[in-house]
Amino acid sequence: MSAAILGAGLLLAQLLLAAAMGCAAWRLMRGPRAQDRVLALDTLYMLAAMLLLVFGIRSGSTHYFEAALVIALLGFVATAALAKFLMRGEVIE
Amino acid sequence: MSLVPAVPLWLALMVALLLVLGAGLALIGAIGLLRLPSFYERVHAPTLATTLGIGSILIASMLYFSVMESRAVLHEVLIAAVVVTTMPVTLMLLTRAALHRDRREGDSGAPPLPPARGAGE
Repeated sequence: MSAAILGAGLLLAQLLLAAAMGCAAWRLMRGPRAQDRVLALDTLYMLAAMLLLVFGIRSGSTHYFEAALVIALLGFVATAALAKFLMRGEVIE
Repeated sequence: MSLVPAVPLWLALMVALLLVLGAGLALIGAIGLLRLPSFYERVHAPTLATTLGIGSILIASMLYFSVMESRAVLHEVLIAAVVVTTMPVTLMLLTRAALHRDRREGDSGAPPLPPARGAGE
């Protein structure tokens, strides 16, 4: 009973996150300007970290946590660098 | 489900609820990202929902592993700290870059300049 509830919750969370990633990917492809695409990419990074955490709960191992942490950190670096590029036209001055 | 070991009922209910809440908030944020008309409105949608959503998924993960391993598993706090400190900074940078681009190109969608500006400008 409780395993069924947990399994259903995990499956529903994965489906909702996949739909959210679909929305973000659509904005990434269609976005009228570059800043929309960067924003969609940042959202995709965060959604990927969340999806990895849900995978970690499903498989019962804490190793997915490290991947989620790395993705969250890389998302920050990537978005900061892209924002700098949009602002100045170059990343490193 | 073969992968999920025997869990107490209250834990299964709480973890499932928190996971669905977090994923639902993320989906609401992504729909906002898709549907809102201008960039300056679109910036707000994913931040709120993604920060709240990742928060509740992290609480679910902490709760599950703490009960299943009979010890306090708190390393998810690290992700929460990273996300909460970096998300406002990145989106502030991105919005300033977008504002700079819009003003340089004379786009009418950009917010107007404030009336009184510093002498150092």
